[in-house]
Amino acid sequence: MDRLLFGDNQFFGVNHMSEEKARTQSMRFQDIRAVIDVLDQAYDEGVRSFMCTTHDRIALVCDHMRSNPGRYGEFRFLPCMPYAHKYANAVTDDGILGALKRFMPDEGIMNAAMRGGMSLARKDIEGITTLLVDAEMKMFAGLHTPVVFLQNVVVDLLLGLGFKDAFRIFSDHIRNRYGAEPGFITMNMPMLLDALDDVGIENPIICSNINKIGFRMCGGFDAYERSLRERRFRAIAMSVFASGAIPPREAIEWVCRQPNIEAIVFGASTRSNIVNTKSLVDSYWPLNQ
Amino acid sequence: MVRIAVVGLGKMGLSHYAMINAHSHVKVVAICDAAGYILDVLNKYTGVPVFTDFDRMLQEVELDAVIIATPSSMHVRMVRTVVDRGLHVFCEKPFCLDTVEGDALVQVVHERRLVNQVGYHYRFVASFQEVKRLLDDKAIGEVSHILAEAYGPVVLKPKGSTWRTQRTEGGGCLYDYAAHPINLVNWYMGMPESVGGTVLNKIFSKDTDDEVLGTLFYAGGKSAQISVNWSDESCRKMTTRLTIWGTGGRIYADRQECQVYLRDNNFIPNGYQTGWNVRYTTDLTEPVWFYLRGEEYSAQLDYFIRCIEERNVDHNVNSFSEGMVTDQVIAMMIADADGSPRASGIKPPIAQKKKTGFFFGAR
Repeated sequence: MDRLLFGDNQFFGVNHMSEEKARTQSMRFQDIRAVIDVLDQAYDEGVRSFMCTTHDRIALVCDHMRSNPGRYGEFRFLPCMPYAHKYANAVTDDGILGALKRFMPDEGIMNAAMRGGMSLARKDIEGITTLLVDAEMKMFAGLHTPVVFLQNVVVDLLLGLGFKDAFRIFSDHIRNRYGAEPGFITMNMPMLLDALDDVGIENPIICSNINKIGFRMCGGFDAYERSLRERRFRAIAMSVFASGAIPPREAIEWVCRQPNIEAIVFGASTRSNIVNTKSLVDSYWPLNQ
Repeated sequence: MVRIAVVGLGKMGLSHYAMINAHSHVKVVAICDAAGYILDVLNKYTGVPVFTDFDRMLQEVELDAVIIATPSSMHVRMVRTVVDRGLHVFCEKPFCLDTVEGDALVQVVHERRLVNQVGYHYRFVASFQEVKRLLDDKAIGEVSHILAEAYGPVVLKPKGSTWRTQRTEGGGCLYDYAAHPINLVNWYMGMPESVGGTVLNKIFSKDTDDEVLGTLFYAGGKSAQISVNWSDESCRKMTTRLTIWGTGGRIYADRQECQVYLRDNNFIPNGYQTGWNVRYTTDLTEPVWFYLRGEEYSAQLDYFIRCIEERNVDHNVNSFSEGMVTDQVIAMMIADADGSPRASGIKPPIAQKKKTGFFFGAR
């Protein structure tokens, strides 16, 4: 896994600090070309892994990458699924059956319907889960996806409900069908570590907020520090700037001192922000360390 | 351990269940819903005891408290049954569609000294709590007006009928969306003397409102305006914002931030200065034990549990009686909108021909 991963919140009007800023960004990235331009800048600066929601508009980015294989030889997608709004909207527009049809994978409707229908009847979530995963992965066909993440809203819902088998099902399916590593995004990292342990998922990739001020690190700052020191997992730090509450240098300096962090995910809208973050990480987190 | 049952496993019920189930002081001993399917799946994979019959659940399970997240029209009967058994109650908003029945429930929980809370989670959003502190400190002097807005993408085209699409069942933009900003205005300014100019407009829905506009009138010429629309696709999700004008300054607040302008002839709270001040959610928000969809949802449930543990029935946030204030304002707005608008009696002026000449028109 690359050390620096590029996030996508900025492209979709997600900003935890200001609604005004979020709206301005939505306007700026209205045209998918503007998104691709920033991805090009990141790529040219050596930030080549894109951790992205399975938003409809990402399909346009996928199309672009597929049609320019020469330009993006090293580009990696790290899909984060599901894009929950997509399901809610599709069910509103087409009803449950219509929505399911829309999300059917290309393998043929029969196979998918069998998996879906049978498991619906048996109240067996395995078939449904794998079906939905395949549907989400459809847009990445033919592209390099070394890690596939389950989004925090689903991870934390399952975690709260105690529905741990779902983690196992997701994990097995991502490995077996896509030859990729499963990843889990969460706002409750220490609690999730225990749950994944319980279902035998070893050395998992876990992406969670890790920042100097403890913003959205549920379970507490100390539990996070202890987990990083003592638990066996592959940590990805997100929200390292705590939505801008911590100055960049201070934020990166701190996060680079924490043990066991394998990668940092960050968002940026301009080349200069990409360059700044990359050079800070390079200086505080030298290779071979 | 506080023993809890969650009743109604729709969007809110399921998320309450996940959060409260992760609380270290709580044991969820039963869940209940009319639809057996989701219950069977949850029972199969998590082992939680499940019931489709509410009354049977209450008879068979030892409980301290119940979380009710069923469709609004069922709240009264269920809350009544639960409090009659001496159990503490957390009830989703809106509390009661019938304000007379609501008043009776307020009476019972007071008599029986039971913890009672309604799910107006915005009172647990840090920036709106900061607004409350500032107003209580008179940081912007005497408030003359609040503009309370909420917009979001819920109903974007005509669609089939559910309880959420019918006002008689507690559905619609007024009960679902507008209840939140109204509840915040009640928190800051209390119960209005009257309401006026209420518009409950259908945009796409057949049986309920998609757009709510209206004015709440307070003593001394003070007022609040409500502007709510749940057919606004330009907002990614529900966006609630307040703008408050006072003799000593102005406050703008949404879920993320609190922008405060303070005049210099005024009391300046600690950490603030004359002129502009901005406080962000990252500074204001207290950590929670478990995060699912916003700290406020976790915080309100934690507060409920703490009140039960401390048997604190005198400081309930969003108590039934506070929830009732919002229900009453909603009832006033419905009555106001049902009354036919009074005509002004003034005929619209007939458009005059554009005059040209020395004093008028283009030069």
